[in-house]
Amino acid sequence: MTNPPLGNSANSGNPLLEVRDLQVAYGGIHAIKGIDLHIERGELVALIGSNGAGKTTTLKTLAGLLHPAGGKIKYDGKSLHDIAAHQRVPMGIALVPEGRGVFARLTVVENLLMGAYSRNDQHEIAVDLARMYTLFPRLAERKDQLAGTLSGGEQQMVAMARALMSRPALLMLDEPSMGLAPLMVKKIFETILNIAEQGMSILLVEQNARLALQVAHRGYVMESGLITLSGASGELLGSDAVQRAYLGG
Amino acid sequence: MEIFLQQIINGLVQGSVYALVALGYTMVYGILGLINFAHGEVVMVGAMLALSALTALLGWGVPPLLAVLFSLILAMAGCMALGYGIERIAYRPLRHAPRLAPLITAIGISIVLQNLAMMVWGRQYHAFPQLIANHPHLIGGAIINDIQIIIFIMALAIMAGLMVVVHRTRLGRAMRAVAENQHAAQLMGVDINRVISLTFMLGSALAAIAGIMVSANYGLAHYYMGFLLGLKAFTAAVLGGIGNLRGAMLGGLLLGLIESLGAGYIGDLTGGFLGSNYQDVFAFFVLIAVLVFRPSGLLGERLAERA
Ligand SMILES: Nc1ncnc2c1ncn2[C@@H]1O[C@H](COP(=O)(O)OP(=O)(O)OP(=O)(O)O)[C@@H](O)[C@H]1O
Ligand SMILES: [Mg+2]
Repeated sequence: MTNPPLGNSANSGNPLLEVRDLQVAYGGIHAIKGIDLHIERGELVALIGSNGAGKTTTLKTLAGLLHPAGGKIKYDGKSLHDIAAHQRVPMGIALVPEGRGVFARLTVVENLLMGAYSRNDQHEIAVDLARMYTLFPRLAERKDQLAGTLSGGEQQMVAMARALMSRPALLMLDEPSMGLAPLMVKKIFETILNIAEQGMSILLVEQNARLALQVAHRGYVMESGLITLSGASGELLGSDAVQRAYLGG
Repeated sequence: MEIFLQQIINGLVQGSVYALVALGYTMVYGILGLINFAHGEVVMVGAMLALSALTALLGWGVPPLLAVLFSLILAMAGCMALGYGIERIAYRPLRHAPRLAPLITAIGISIVLQNLAMMVWGRQYHAFPQLIANHPHLIGGAIINDIQIIIFIMALAIMAGLMVVVHRTRLGRAMRAVAENQHAAQLMGVDINRVISLTFMLGSALAAIAGIMVSANYGLAHYYMGFLLGLKAFTAAVLGGIGNLRGAMLGGLLLGLIESLGAGYIGDLTGGFLGSNYQDVFAFFVLIAVLVFRPSGLLGERLAERA
C-alpha cells in the first residue's frame, strides 16, 4: 500500500492544522471556551477528556458542521472560516463521526463510494476500494449487504474505510472504540497505527485515554471546554493529574 | 366482463400518471421530510406551458412530432426552474423552522401559482390539441387508444429510468445518503443544497410530463387541474408509503385501479343510488383508510424500524 498523497505541501513549514482561541457555542451555551491546538504533518494526536468536555464539538467544528463563535482555524496555511463542510473534504479533511454515521440503507460498497464522492478519478477510486478490502477483509465479504445490518465493529470499519476513501491528509476519529468488544478495539487501533505509519495526520478522540495515549505522539486533555494539559503522550501517561482523572490510577 | 377490463385499462393509464406525480411528493418527503403541497400546481404549470407552446408551434406550421418534442422539453425545463424556485423561496429559508411553517408556505405558493395561471391562461377550460390520429384498439371487448398506450408505456419507462438514476448513479447515491443523514453526507463532501435542488428539479420534470399526459388523455387543460390531481397523487404516495419510491409507483397504479373500478361499479353496488360522478370520493376514502389502518403505507417502514 502506498502513501495517500497529502494535501497541498507547498506550505510544509507550517503545521497542517493550527487552532487559535477557538470558541463554539450552542445557542447561549459555551461548549468550547477558547482552545489552542495544532497538528504537525504525520502526527498522531490524541484528544482526551471526560463526558461533555467538548471533544465532539471540537471535531465537528474542525469538519465544518458547526460554526465557531470566535477564534481561528488554519489548515495547510489557509483559513477555514468561509469554507463549508463539504468543501473541506476535497481539501483533505475527513471525520469519522461519533456513533459512526454509516448510511444504514446503503450497501457497504455504496458507503465506501460515498467516501470517494468528492473525487472523480474512477481508476484510482477502484484501486482504493480494493485497498480497503485488503485492510478490512470482512468488508469485502459483506460488500453488497446493507450497512445497517452489520455489527457495531463492522460498521466502525465501514466508517473508517469510507473516510479513507476520500484520501484525507487529516483524519479525525471520534471515539472509534465506543461500544466495541476488546478484540475489535484492538483491530481498530492496529489499523489506526497502520494508517499513521504511512504518514497520515490523525486527531484521535477517545474515552479510553490509556489506549489513545499509547498510540499517539502527543495528547491534549480537555475539561469543560478548555484544554487543561498537553504534552508528549509519555508525559501525560505519567502525570499524576491524568493518572487520577482518566487512568484510574 | 368488458366493463371490468375497460376499467382496468383506464385505471392503469390514469394510475401511471398518479404514480409519476406521487414520485415527486415521495422524493421530496424522503430527502427533507416535508410534503411539498405546491407539487400539484407544478403539474398544472407543465400542462399549461405545453398547451401554449403546442398551440403556437402548430399554428406556425411546425410538424406535430417536432412540436410535441419541443413543448415537452419546454414544459420540463419550465417546471424544473419552478421546482428549484419553490424550494429556494418557500422551503430553504425554513429548513430549521417548526414543521408547520413550510406547510403554510407550500399552501401560499399553491395559491400564488393558481392565481398566476388564472391570470395568464384565464378561467376557461382549454382544448388540448389532438396530437396524433388517436386510433382505438379493441382488446377483449374493451377499448384502448393510442394515446393511452403511449402514456402507459412512457410512464413505465420513465419510472424504470428513475430507479436506475436513484440506485445506480453517483447522484442517486448522494440523494439516498442525504435522505438518510445530512450531516454524514456533508462529511462525504456532498453539497446537500445542490442535491436537494436537483431532487426538486427531478420531481418537477416528472410532474411536467404527467401534466401533459393528463391533458393529452382528456383533451383538456385548466388552471385548477393541479389541485385535485395533486391531492390524489399525494394519496397515492401515502398509500404506497411516503418516502418510498416503489411505494409511490405501486400506490399510483393501485389508486388508479381503485378509482376506476369503483366508478365502474358504484352504481351496481349502491343499487343506482350513487353514480360514477362519485369517482373522486374513492381516492379520499383510500386516504382516510390508510391513515387509520396503516399510516406507514403498503411499503413504508414502521417508524420503529427507522430508528
Ligand atoms: N446540540 C447541542 N445543543 C446544546 N448543547 C450541546 C449540543 N451538543 C453538545 N452540547 C453540550 O456541549 C458540551 C460538549 O459536548 P460534546 O459532545 O462536545 O462533549 P464530548 O467531549 O464529545 O463528550 P462525550 O465524551 O460524552 O462524547 C456538553 O456540555 C454538551 O451538553
Ligand atoms: Mg463526544
